[in-house]
Parts: sequence; structure tokens; C-alpha cells
Amino acid sequence: MSQIHCLSLTQVRDLLRTRELSARECTAACLDRIARTDPTLDALLHVAGDEILREAGLLDTAGPDPSRPLWGVPITVKDVLATKGMPTTCGSRILENFVPVYDAHCVAKLREAGAIILGKANMDEFAMGSSTENSAFKTTKNPWNTSHVPGGSSGGSAASVAAGQCFASIGTDTGGSIRQPASFCGIVGLKPTYGRVSRRGLVAYGSSLDQAGPMTRTVRDAAEVLQVIAGHDPKDSTSVNVPVPDYVGVLGQRESLAGLRLGLPEEYWGKGLTPEVEQACRTAVDLAAGLGAEIVPVSLPHTEYAIATYYILAMAEASSNLARFDGVRYGRRSPHVQDLASMYTKSRSEGFGEEVMRRIMLGTYVLSAGYYDAYYKKAAQVRRLIRQDYLRALEKCDLICGPASPTTAFAIGQNTADPLQMYLTDIFTISLNLSGLPGLSLPVGLGRDSNLPVGLQLFGGSMDEVRMLQVAATLEAALPQLPAPPLP
Amino acid sequence: MNLSPEKALAIATLARLEITPDQAAVLAAQMDDILGYMGKLNELDTASVEPMYTPVDQAGMLRPDEVRKESTRADILRNAPESDGEYFIVPRIV
Repeated sequence: MSQIHCLSLTQVRDLLRTRELSARECTAACLDRIARTDPTLDALLHVAGDEILREAGLLDTAGPDPSRPLWGVPITVKDVLATKGMPTTCGSRILENFVPVYDAHCVAKLREAGAIILGKANMDEFAMGSSTENSAFKTTKNPWNTSHVPGGSSGGSAASVAAGQCFASIGTDTGGSIRQPASFCGIVGLKPTYGRVSRRGLVAYGSSLDQAGPMTRTVRDAAEVLQVIAGHDPKDSTSVNVPVPDYVGVLGQRESLAGLRLGLPEEYWGKGLTPEVEQACRTAVDLAAGLGAEIVPVSLPHTEYAIATYYILAMAEASSNLARFDGVRYGRRSPHVQDLASMYTKSRSEGFGEEVMRRIMLGTYVLSAGYYDAYYKKAAQVRRLIRQDYLRALEKCDLICGPASPTTAFAIGQNTADPLQMYLTDIFTISLNLSGLPGLSLPVGLGRDSNLPVGLQLFGGSMDEVRMLQVAATLEAALPQLPAPPLP
Repeated sequence: MNLSPEKALAIATLARLEITPDQAAVLAAQMDDILGYMGKLNELDTASVEPMYTPVDQAGMLRPDEVRKESTRADILRNAPESDGEYFIVPRIV
């Protein structure tokens, strides 16, 4: 079985379950695929060694366990999620040698479900970035065109899934970091409702915005992974204690979209959108209409304030969250230390990259006396207005729909000189995190000019991942399948 | 607004970061640019809007404060830059 990497997670899981494929063969195939593609892509920061072949061998000896839905399935995890005994760097020099003593809640759930953790995916340092160019270690390349970025911050995860190195990856989304790289790499990315998946063990960037979720090659695969990682965690006080519905069982029940009201926010379908993205997304919306969906115009009037609001709040939270990196308990300590104060400043300044320093400083500024009300409180007030926009729009429709990004994947180096220009690329993903609502990016085709993937987003009401997945699966089945990226 | 390199240096000190005067000049210009963009929010009248700090309605759900031993001292100290096997070691304070 030489083409294992072309299968979906669901397909490979079924082969593992019927023993047509052993867990060891499957893991070895992924390690082989990584060895062949990662020297070009740089998607992974750490690849597990022989120990996972032994782990897979033990699974084979015990035999398939139908109660474990990801039995034997190799998965990668963004390097911002703690993995017991496996390095977790957050793409930062300051955590270069950090090895967690516990698993993030979602990683523990994956292991319980039988998944094999292959390795850790590259990312923008502390998830601060939209291109993976801010990783302290290397820049991940887009599998569709290696002179372009894979998006970010979960760019390593997206490239790894698109290249067939694994069958799913767990990314995190603070301002679009699952959905934008998913769209750039032609895969499915799902940001669950804030609170749906525990944040324990997710190294915090913007605590009120961060959410982990699946990145996969099909909608069904995303449902399978969400089924495993969703649920209440008593150790995360923002994890919501509501039952987890059956995400997988409801798929395929909806061939028509009759009765579905799909809302198109006017702010997402005009200025700034490149013609090729608009065309691919419009084609998918027309397809939805052809399947019976009613297309409804809606408005998210505060969209133009979302980037400013987001960056004030995220930077404020980051400056506070990243205060824990002080060279005392874990992480890098500067060798040039004279006293306690210089230990803090030198360890942090030598350990953090440029973008992280910039965000910490901006966060410190907006939280400082005299500026707090003008920036932080003001942004928190506008945040409420943005959430109200979504709730009002969702009174007129069942799902909101718009492009994931104004452009397809941009070239490496194109947006690095001007940080503000890079922030502005997040326009279509960022406001969702402010609202806390769930969103999914679905590949809808290749741009006619760039020949790079285009993603369409669906936004749902709070905890309405079921409907989002159902509709995405129906659209996916009706759309032409994307070819495989041009890799060896 | 006009954020000076001196102000950037002062913010760096508050954030326990060390930057060179050259970096301060670049950062001051970039921060000025970004904060200028954020000033856009002043177009909105938010006097009667309650700030929203979390998207979760039932935030802050607490569990009983029970001690559970899940990691050993040795495990935790293994990540420390400097320890004596019992404690984290830092430069002399007093």
C-alpha cells in the first residue's frame, strides 16, 4: 500500500480497524512521507523517533479497539500544545529545551482515542503571525508552491496535513490561525466555539480568544477529531459544561440544502477581495443556492473595527500571559546574568523574537496607567458591538458565509517589512474570535490566477458546529475535488 | 500621536525587555503606526456599552480546591535552568 498518504483519516482508520493495514505500517508510511517531504516544506519542528513505531507495534499486538475512534491514526500537533515527554517550543528560542511534564487536555484525549502523536508542527512564535515566517527556527513552505507561505500561525499543521505527512493536525486559532492556513493549503480547518475544547496545556497567547481545533483533509475527518477533543475539562474554568453532540453521525444526512438560510455579509464580499478569490467563493455560494440554500444579505457593520479591536485585546493579554517567561522555572536563562533584574530582562530579550517583543510592548503600553481606558476598555466595548453584529445577523440566517482571506497564499517575504500590513491580512478571520463563535474553512477550488487554494468560511451560532459540519460536508461532496498538491 | 524612542525604552523597561537605542527608534515608529491605526476605534461612541472581556457567559466556573499529586518535584525541576534538586535557584536577591 504505497499511497497511504493519499487516504483520508476516516479511510485509514477503517483499514486499521479491519487489520488491512497495521498501525506500525501506517506510522512507518507517515515517517517515510515526512522524510521525503519535510526537507522541502519544513512543516515540523520535532518528529518522534522509533518510540512511536514501538507504540504502534504494541497497538497491533493488542489488536484494534473499536471503542477508540482514532486507533492507530498518526496525527501531528501544533507546537503550542503541551506534549508529555516531547519538546514543546511554541516556535520560540525561549522554550527551545522545554519538555512538558503533562499533556494538553486535547492531546490526552487524542491518545485515549488511540491516536499516535507523530510530531510537533511549526508555527509563528507563540502563535503571533499569519505566515509562519515568525518561527524562530524555520519558515514553513506552502505544499502548493514552495515560494509561498502556508499561512499562520498554524502553518506547519496545515502544510503537514496538505502534504500527507499525517491524517490530521491540531491547530489553534486566536485570530484565524486555523482557518487562514487551512485556506492557504487547501484543507479543512475548524475553530470550535470558545469553550468547546479545553485550553489546558495550550500555551496562552490571548486567553479570551485562543481555541484549539482540527485541521484535516475532509469535513468528515474534522468531525471525527472534534468528537474526540470536544468536551468539558474541570481544569479549564472557561471550558463550557454542555453535552457534546454526535458530530459524525449527522454527516451525510443532508444532500439538499433546502431550508438553509446562508447569510452573506456585505462587508466580506466587496472591497479588498482579489477577483480570483471572489470568483471561487461565489461559485461555491452559487452551488449552495443550486442545492436549495436561500442566500440572504446580512451585515456585520463593525467589521472595519475588528483588526484594531483584536490587536489591542490580544496584545494586552499576550503581555500579561508572556510575563511567565522569566528564566526561573523553565525555558531559557541568559548566560549574561548579574542580578535578578538582569536575569529577567536578558533572558526575555535574548529568548523572544522581534514580533513577540513588539506585541508585548504594545500590550504593556495599552494596559499602562493613563492609556487603559482609551485602548483596552474601549476595545472591550467594541468587542461587544462586534459580537452583537454576529448575533443579529444570525437572526436572519442559519450560517454566515464569506471568504477566509482576501488573497490566496502570498509569497514568502511579501509582508514581513511592515507589521501593520501583515495584521491587515487577517481581516476576514479575526472578528470571529472576538465573538467566540465557531467557524470552518472549506477548500472550494484553486484561484484562476495563482493556482493556489481558496477557502470559504462558514460561521455558526454558539455551539452550532453540527450544522456547520453538515453543510460543509454537503458542499464538499458537490464541489470538484482539489487535486493533490504538486509534491514528489 | 507621536511615540518617542525614549517612550519605547520606558515601555521596554516596564515589560522587562532590553532594547538598543536603534531598536527603540524602529519600534517607536512601528508602534506609532499601529497605535495610530487603533485610534480608529474613537470613531465609535461606546459610552453606554458594557465592556466584554470574555465570550463565555458562565466564565469562572470553579471546582473544589483539592490537592492532587500529578507531577513529581523531580519532573518539574528538570525544566528549570538552575536548581539544587529541591528548589529553583535564582541570583542572590538580598
